[in-house]
Amino acid sequence: MLIPHPLLGPCDSSEFTYLGDARLIDRPDGMAEGAAAAFADYVYLRDNPAGVHRELWFHEQGDRSWLVVTRNTLTHEILGAELARDVALGGRGE
Amino acid sequence: MASADKDLAVADKSRRRIGGIHRNEAKKVRCAVRYSGLRVLIEGLTGHKGWRPLWRDPQPKPAYDYIIIGGGGHGLATAYYLARTFGKARIAVLEKGWLGSGNIGRNTTIIRSNYLLPGNEPFYEFSMKLWEGLEQEFNFNAMVSQRGILNLLHTDGQRDAYRRRGNAMLFAGADAELLDREGVRAMYPWLNFDNARFPIKGGLLQRRAGTARHDGVAWGYARGADLAGVDLIQNCEVTGFRIENGRIRGVETSRGYIGAGKVGVAVAGSTGRVMAMAGMRMPIESHVLQAFVSEGLKPTIPGVITFGAGHFYVSQSDKGGLVFGGDLDGYNSYAQRGNMAVIEDVAEGGMALMPMIGRARLLRAWGGIMDMSMDGSPIIDRTPVEGLYLNGGWCYGGFKATPASGYAFAHLLATGAPHDTARGYRLDRFERGYVIDEKGVGAQPNLH
Ligand SMILES: Cc1cc2nc3c(=O)[nH]c(=O)nc-3n(C[C@H](O)[C@H](O)[C@H](O)COP(=O)(O)OP(=O)(O)OC[C@H]3O[C@@H](n4cnc5c(N)ncnc54)[C@H](O)[C@@H]3O)c2cc1C
Repeated sequence: MLIPHPLLGPCDSSEFTYLGDARLIDRPDGMAEGAAAAFADYVYLRDNPAGVHRELWFHEQGDRSWLVVTRNTLTHEILGAELARDVALGGRGE
Repeated sequence: MASADKDLAVADKSRRRIGGIHRNEAKKVRCAVRYSGLRVLIEGLTGHKGWRPLWRDPQPKPAYDYIIIGGGGHGLATAYYLARTFGKARIAVLEKGWLGSGNIGRNTTIIRSNYLLPGNEPFYEFSMKLWEGLEQEFNFNAMVSQRGILNLLHTDGQRDAYRRRGNAMLFAGADAELLDREGVRAMYPWLNFDNARFPIKGGLLQRRAGTARHDGVAWGYARGADLAGVDLIQNCEVTGFRIENGRIRGVETSRGYIGAGKVGVAVAGSTGRVMAMAGMRMPIESHVLQAFVSEGLKPTIPGVITFGAGHFYVSQSDKGGLVFGGDLDGYNSYAQRGNMAVIEDVAEGGMALMPMIGRARLLRAWGGIMDMSMDGSPIIDRTPVEGLYLNGGWCYGGFKATPASGYAFAHLLATGAPHDTARGYRLDRFERGYVIDEKGVGAQPNLH
């Protein structure tokens, strides 16, 4: 799989390590009411869709940036990649 | 373990019944063929005209007491024990494709009980004992071969870890031997003992481990279940659940609605997708694992070997092909095929461990979808929906578990209580902090 890095252009996926669902950007507030349940969900439960999936990849063998890659889990087709930083600052981690 | 022993005695009794009650019952359904050497001889002399299909092809009935979703190893074994051992009736297995089209027909066939943790090891040893009597139990040649598994070690730290694991295995009634370098050399002189980075310093050997014919296991359980009256319904995809007031009523399928008293889900890599239809998110990610087989070769590898310094394991099938594999591709996937980078990594692991493998040509590669759980251990439990039960999270190691998983799931469905060896496999163990994490890598499915 080739990941279209927004700064570096196409990079081989083997340069990256994979973390998982991009929702991991939205870390719950540990001080809020019901934080324990929110963290159990956050840490352990996944949508795990068959189809389009937004996910976190770390460019470990490259510029060490975190990307949010949009990919189809049924075909492995990659539909896009953004810097995770932009996603997090834009609050679009859902 | 006392109760597991009792269960083995029960399984033993039902095995003996094959010649008695059950065969008579089966005759009502159709004339059962009992397999034996004599039978093969007679058929050979009479043009093989006496063989019959292994199971019926029934139409779905409007309702069943028990519906098992998924005709893989675990679903078929569950139906088998439910009918044979727990004496239940009105059971159906619903399979979206054909029986054995999932991981049961895609794995590298290793069976072993060399786990470390108390939540796991008694369960896998129970499974190992069931394997040892399986072919007599269901009168089918599953080619169970106790050729041994050797986990190689390359550092002093690894030796300590394996010594601890071996002791944990012995505590649970399994067998384990720690071999030194010369012990390994006596078994496999052609390994690369003096690899500069990863010299072989010994290994943990389980002699009772080995391999089994994966399709044969599915077919044996399917035939046995069919003979006991279970309806095996193929090309029947479950597309939804009917749940009323928190209780399961039945399932929507591609062949119409089917009512059910209890529903057991055993769909391995599809666990997330299927449970989502019941409105549940799972502590599971689906990942692809690849496997490989070489051209057929003369016998060279009598047992199963795992490399302790990289991702590579290998055995030789009875046809002569070297069957080997390595690590997950590492990203969510439902594609049943992987990428080149992992093929390269596995090949490098093989070359580091046994350079002679470089002379063999690769024949085939394929992938299967693993239900990777958040702690690397499975789930056999009830769910918040009354009457809906879950069997999943088998990761890349569910083949060896097939007999015990089917037995424990049938136990849960039939009695409402977990089997003694499967008590730890609760769905709520994650939020409650009782994870069973053999590798200690945390909630990161692609690292288990
Ligand atoms: C490459 C590879 C190597 C492996 N090697 C080993 C090994 O050496 N040792 C070991 O112990 N384990 C191994 N495993 C793991 C093992 O194969 C699995 O853990 C185990 O087979 C899973 O249980 P199962 O047999 O019930 O799954 P499956 O055979 O996948 O059964 C699940 C069934 O559910 C069906 N299904 C899915 N959705 C629906 C639906 N909506 N309606 C109806 N039916 C549905 C599927 O079609 C499928 O037939 C390996 C797996 C792979 C892929």
